[in-house]
Amino acid sequence: MRRAYFKNNWIAAALVLPQLLIIFVFFYWPTSQAVFWSLTFEQPWGGGNDWAGLHHFRELLSDSLYWQSVRVSLVYAAGTTVLGMGLALILALFVDRQLRGYRQYRVGMIWPYAVAAPAIGLAFRYIFNPTAGVMAYVNQVWDGIWDPILTGWHAMAMIVIAGAWKNIAYNFIFFLAGLQSIPRSLIEASAMDGSGVMRRMRDIQLPLLTPTFFFILVINITDSFTDSFGIVDTMTNGGPARATNLMVYKIYVDGFEGQNYSSAAAQSVILMVLVILLTFVQFRYIERRVHYS
Amino acid sequence: MTQAELPLATSEILPAPRRRTRRRRPGLVENTPWMNLATHAILISGLLLLLGPIYLVFAAATQTVQEVNQIPPNLSISSHFWENISEAWFSRDFQSKFINSAIVASGVVIGKIVIACITAFGIVFFDHRLRMPIFWLVFITLMLPLEVRIVPTYAVAANALSPFQAILDWTGVSWLINAVSGVELALEWNMLNTYTGLIMPLIATATGTFLYRQFFLTIPDELVEAAKMDGAGPLRFLRDVLVPLSATNMAALATIMFVSGWNQFLWPLLIITDPAHEVVAVELRSLIPNANTTGGGIPKWNVAMAASLLVMLPPIVVVVAMQRWFVRGLISTEK
Amino acid sequence: MADISIRDVRKVYGKDEVIHGVNLAIHNGEFIVILGPSGCGKSTLLRMIAGLEDISGGEIAIAGTVVNDLEPRERGCAMVFQNYALYPHMTVGGNIGYALKVAGVKRAERDAKVRAVARSVGLEEFIDRKPGQLSGGQRQRVAMARAIIREPKVFLFDEPLSNLDAKLRVQMRHEIRRIHNRIGATSVFVTHDQHEGMTLADRMVIMNKGTIDQVGTPEEVYNRPATTYVAGFIGSPAMNFLSGEVRAGESAVALADGSRIALTPAAARAFDGRLVQIGLRPEALALCAPGEGALRARFDFYEEMGSDGLHHLMVEDVPLSVLSAHKQRMPEGQEVGVTVPPEVVHLFDVESGQRLEAGPGAVATIKRMEHAE
Repeated sequence: MRRAYFKNNWIAAALVLPQLLIIFVFFYWPTSQAVFWSLTFEQPWGGGNDWAGLHHFRELLSDSLYWQSVRVSLVYAAGTTVLGMGLALILALFVDRQLRGYRQYRVGMIWPYAVAAPAIGLAFRYIFNPTAGVMAYVNQVWDGIWDPILTGWHAMAMIVIAGAWKNIAYNFIFFLAGLQSIPRSLIEASAMDGSGVMRRMRDIQLPLLTPTFFFILVINITDSFTDSFGIVDTMTNGGPARATNLMVYKIYVDGFEGQNYSSAAAQSVILMVLVILLTFVQFRYIERRVHYS
Repeated sequence: MTQAELPLATSEILPAPRRRTRRRRPGLVENTPWMNLATHAILISGLLLLLGPIYLVFAAATQTVQEVNQIPPNLSISSHFWENISEAWFSRDFQSKFINSAIVASGVVIGKIVIACITAFGIVFFDHRLRMPIFWLVFITLMLPLEVRIVPTYAVAANALSPFQAILDWTGVSWLINAVSGVELALEWNMLNTYTGLIMPLIATATGTFLYRQFFLTIPDELVEAAKMDGAGPLRFLRDVLVPLSATNMAALATIMFVSGWNQFLWPLLIITDPAHEVVAVELRSLIPNANTTGGGIPKWNVAMAASLLVMLPPIVVVVAMQRWFVRGLISTEK
Repeated sequence: MADISIRDVRKVYGKDEVIHGVNLAIHNGEFIVILGPSGCGKSTLLRMIAGLEDISGGEIAIAGTVVNDLEPRERGCAMVFQNYALYPHMTVGGNIGYALKVAGVKRAERDAKVRAVARSVGLEEFIDRKPGQLSGGQRQRVAMARAIIREPKVFLFDEPLSNLDAKLRVQMRHEIRRIHNRIGATSVFVTHDQHEGMTLADRMVIMNKGTIDQVGTPEEVYNRPATTYVAGFIGSPAMNFLSGEVRAGESAVALADGSRIALTPAAARAFDGRLVQIGLRPEALALCAPGEGALRARFDFYEEMGSDGLHHLMVEDVPLSVLSAHKQRMPEGQEVGVTVPPEVVHLFDVESGQRLEAGPGAVATIKRMEHAE
């Protein structure tokens, strides 16, 4: 506990005020608006609004299109998480062996962190394009076997791969840090006990990596719900036939293209609850390890 | 909150990092040639997996529009790279969009660092009852990523003073003012199509505040007391002691925030309709016509890929150059 | 140069009172050492003088001015911290000169002063280094220089030597005393190390659980400890304690095992019939043949101290140590006698722990007077 403070609380107030104003205007107010809109029939930007209760939510939950969006979001979440985490974990485990070229390997796996989602989207859209790029080869051999423009699950596979690729670097950084925080002496002790490289990974490193693993898992899932907009927007626009219409993308489309604010707000609230739940899981977990003073 | 930002806040779950960054841990004396070979093989495949797509993008960017669309496809490097780059740069007016992206990214970086630093300072070094409530108010914004509040946030950007107007209306203050002075109170501040609108909502930062708070909590009490004995007040202490001491923090935060600022997509997409304020990441969107409406001639993949490379480049350069600080910042909040 | 007057000062944290109405008068130019174990409130008292802690009750005056509501910088004190508290990003020169910089002193003037002060503590050649590149002793010197340059009326030291190794500690101790003698500012030095206290102090203040047990010169504190607490705290090896009852008729204290420890007749007369704690310094005792001497004891074990030997004995089940240059190793359990000259016996009241001293000038009363001063 800190004991040395400065006295002048007016200065403190002036220092925290800017951030408080910004989060009030751009976070808390819009959030409360979203909740408000989701519970009322409202004309966009003004006009009287009537209480709607849970009408919009009921409507959503009985809408098969919404459920489809939930379904594809879950598929996307599972796909990107498993793929992105699995690959990152394998790479981190082997990079952590610190053989020759360790630093080069490490940089090589970190840089994709910097690539913008729309750039990834566009790049993979080219790569998976049925008529140009790599997949055109495949299509040449087996005619028309690959077509993400028309086939729903092809499109889904495409955005999953792009999304996973985007996450590998991030996951890798955390896995590697987690591995490197395992005391060296444990590895040495295990080697003294006669275990080989693979054995040590299985018996020592992986179990000790569980906290990191869990943490990244939650982040990846949360992220797949919110941060997937750029990829979907540049790659598939939610299609074909809504096969990649993720929840976050549907909110955008319904709100800005369909001008259905109430429904978009209700969807936002649902997504928000999801994110909050996931964040809570994470906090509960962090709390066990950290003390907030 | 995008992934680019989240990690800092949650980095606490990792055990305390080593004090000194070790270059390379000495390897065990182990003679496992096959295992080593397998390790290299796996790692090289990993690199191919990550670099491969970029190679394909680059190869496409060197080809002519015929080459890039030919069947069977041609995946080799051709010689039209600079033509494509210059077409992307000039025909799409990339230059001004690059400048816009740079303005937004640096605005976000500076804004976030300043805001994070002063907020954390206000809640760590002053003894008032609101310290923890304020911290939590800031921290909870982590749970409210832009994506889940886009529609109303857009409405706020159209008039940033609307929350205050609504409160004044609701509490009857507007009515009172109107009754007393006859003035119809109409607060308005439209942020659509402005740099302020692009930057301001993004500079609130739970992660940055958290990072700074963690760092400030490691400052020993004695240092504060020594400064007091030396006659330095809070702002002087902030400027002369804390800011220089947090240089590493700042570098880490700046890298992460630059990447996140440069790569902003959804927010500029929403609030910018005026081409003069468009940023590059959004511009990528319009390079190749919509997947479902392929009409409109042969897609210029070569130019699109050249443009993608251009957009990717600045953040990659920053991340690779700042690798050390960036990784440390991403992972550790303690020094 | 200033005297410090501490009047009925209290410190309360929430509901806990950690300093219970302390009075102390520190004279101009004096070197005062506040000694006590951790948690006795000594650092809190020092920090209240510095202005780093609020004063919950009472008042502190420096050079006649009540400073309760003054900012640290307005009090004219400089402080040397336990962990030096150097600014890690500033050079040695920057650290030393920071107070002047804050005060707006011009660069040229500042540099000259920094140089002069650095020279006086032997740091001139390190002036451009960062604290991280210095040894513990050098950092300590920077902390001292930082205090000296402000030409303060009062120097405050908060356990400044506790992070140094033993040899360096002695060396820095000498240096601090030398600087004090040269500058002549009032110094208040907080420590838990009695050797530091003994060697540095003009007067010592022994604190115990938020109150002052005794104020006096090191000699007074050693020779006439005011309470059992002070008696046990000061002196190494620590004082032995036995309990018994004063018998004026025998001019002695009767112990439970039937043995008698002779007292001066005056003391025996003054406290006839009182239950007392007897304090015996190990260095005031001597071993003798069994049956001789005042005490019968059994030999427990022996510790070599170099110039002396420390003989650990058991009197019944109470441990007793005897420090003597006449070293005697004996088998465990062997009977041995201990001689106790009457003039080395310290008497303390069993209940209050206060010193019992016959005749005029009894320490128990002196102590009260000094507090009120």
